[in-house]
Amino acid sequence: MQELKENGIWQPAMPTSWNEETKPHKFCPGCGHGIILKVLGEAVDELGIKDQMVFGCDIGCSLLAWDFFSIDTVQTHHGRTTPVITGMKRANSDIIGVAYMGDGGGYAIGSQHLFNSAVRNEKITIILCNNCNYGMTGGQMAPTTLPGMKTETSPYGRDIEQTGAPTKGPEMVAEVAPEGAYVARGTISNPRQLKGFIKKALENQMAGRGLSFVECLSSCPTNWRTNAKQTWEFVEKDMAQYFKVGELRVPQEMKEG
Amino acid sequence: MAEVSLKGEQRVFMTGNEVVAWAAVAAKVDIMYGYPITPQNEIMHYWTRLAPKHGKKFLQTEDEISAGFTSLGGVLSGAKSFTATAGPGNVLMQESAGMAEMMRLPMVYIIQQRGGPSTATVIYAQQETTLTCFGGNGEGHRIVYSTAGHQDLFDYTIKAFNTAWKYKFPTFVLGDGYQAKMREPLTIYDPVEKGIELVKPEPIIGNTKKPTGQFKHLRNTFNTEEELYEIVMAHQRDWDAAAEELVEWDAQGCEDADVIIVTHGIVSRAALGAYTQLRAEGKKVGYFRPITVRPFPGKQLKDAMKNAKKLFVAESAYGQLLKMVQTNLFGSPIKIETLLKPGVGITSEEIYQECQKL
Repeated sequence: MQELKENGIWQPAMPTSWNEETKPHKFCPGCGHGIILKVLGEAVDELGIKDQMVFGCDIGCSLLAWDFFSIDTVQTHHGRTTPVITGMKRANSDIIGVAYMGDGGGYAIGSQHLFNSAVRNEKITIILCNNCNYGMTGGQMAPTTLPGMKTETSPYGRDIEQTGAPTKGPEMVAEVAPEGAYVARGTISNPRQLKGFIKKALENQMAGRGLSFVECLSSCPTNWRTNAKQTWEFVEKDMAQYFKVGELRVPQEMKEG
Repeated sequence: MAEVSLKGEQRVFMTGNEVVAWAAVAAKVDIMYGYPITPQNEIMHYWTRLAPKHGKKFLQTEDEISAGFTSLGGVLSGAKSFTATAGPGNVLMQESAGMAEMMRLPMVYIIQQRGGPSTATVIYAQQETTLTCFGGNGEGHRIVYSTAGHQDLFDYTIKAFNTAWKYKFPTFVLGDGYQAKMREPLTIYDPVEKGIELVKPEPIIGNTKKPTGQFKHLRNTFNTEEELYEIVMAHQRDWDAAAEELVEWDAQGCEDADVIIVTHGIVSRAALGAYTQLRAEGKKVGYFRPITVRPFPGKQLKDAMKNAKKLFVAESAYGQLLKMVQTNLFGSPIKIETLLKPGVGITSEEIYQECQKL
């Protein structure tokens, strides 16, 4: 990370693993992806793993990260980032593979891949952005849409009798993954903590222990139709109330270390 | 399983699925990703027995979608990777094949066709010909070798990896349940000893030995119509050029033939039997077999049928090969007779008898 002073004013530092040429990034104003990718970039910088890393991004808003880092990147199909990164890691175990996706990619169309990669304890890192809706396609109900929450496909509010309760991904992964897995849920409202989780998720892969999974509570003011204050309240209060933030699984060696 | 050697030329008696596994070893394949579906299962069975002895890897995935995409991951890492499937599994594999077409990934698929549509039979068909050639939401930028038996399975599995890695198009070996399950004699060999150069794979991304600071961004999604058009047209030009070099066919006795029998895959074995018998009886019959069904040898078929009055198309599907023939012969007044038996095998006797009527 480098400190920049332009015209006598300190500028926010940009992780060196970021691709400067593609900044400012393509996400909407107020979107949480930028914060998640910033702390991921900082964690990558601190671990010095830029040249060993492969970043895979899904379809949905996460695809906008296809040229985000100065890191080898592959943008895949909707839900298929987990198997692509799994396949890369299986073929070359020296790679540090990061699969980046949204809640639709991880919990709906690609849920079989998330579940089974957890069961097999694939030595990869999965980072999932949970913003309670499908952003790219215009704000439809997602597996993570909160009860009663209005979206384009639940215009009268999500009826959990009809559509089930919101998916708790980290809880599911924590339940099925063998020893060695690292599972956490962070939030963009606490970037310092989120960075710690993501850094541990990378370190766990580097140690070859097992699957590392971090869900990130994130914001989507464009589709939520919220102003800054409402957006922040929704992330900090409504989401965090349903989706508990913290570490769900920490490998034994990491606890001791 | 019997241990055989790839040293020198070995005469062996194997099922087609076993042949594919040996061919993959001979082609120096690094890793297979797979999901069970009949009739291709024994490819995985033999591969998982051979793999540890030859320093190879295997991953059994959660479904064919995953088998396709993990294989693409293997390819991206620079490993010679493949998967094998059939029927409904082939349908699911088409998603990954589309990504391979768009991103020019050297993926190899072995298809052992079973009956269709739906679950149908686990036995045999030629009903995945259209799917294998044109599956996916694109233009069919792929190479498909339709094999007729075990020697073909060995030769063309090795060739498929070379084609994929040289031309960077997804490449399919299109077999079927008969070839998968029956045993027949063939000669296996080490391609390198025979002077066949094996195209070396290399990492597309994720080269952990690369100099620091280098990176590549790969994507399959684009912002504008024009951007996409340029890319698809570039692929089309590459595919057209590759097609010229890769197209394969077999033609026998077509020069003076009144009737030319057109078949592909294992049905061409029956056709060859009927052709030989009819010729022995002095009948003016020809034999034409596309070996690559994609690219289709249309020009070669036109040349072969210059003096013919009729074509006789026989296939274990209801008009999938026929449509390819018709498309390629558009404008030709030649009469086409057919024997179309979806999901059912075709014997030499049937082709012989049908040809007698023509």
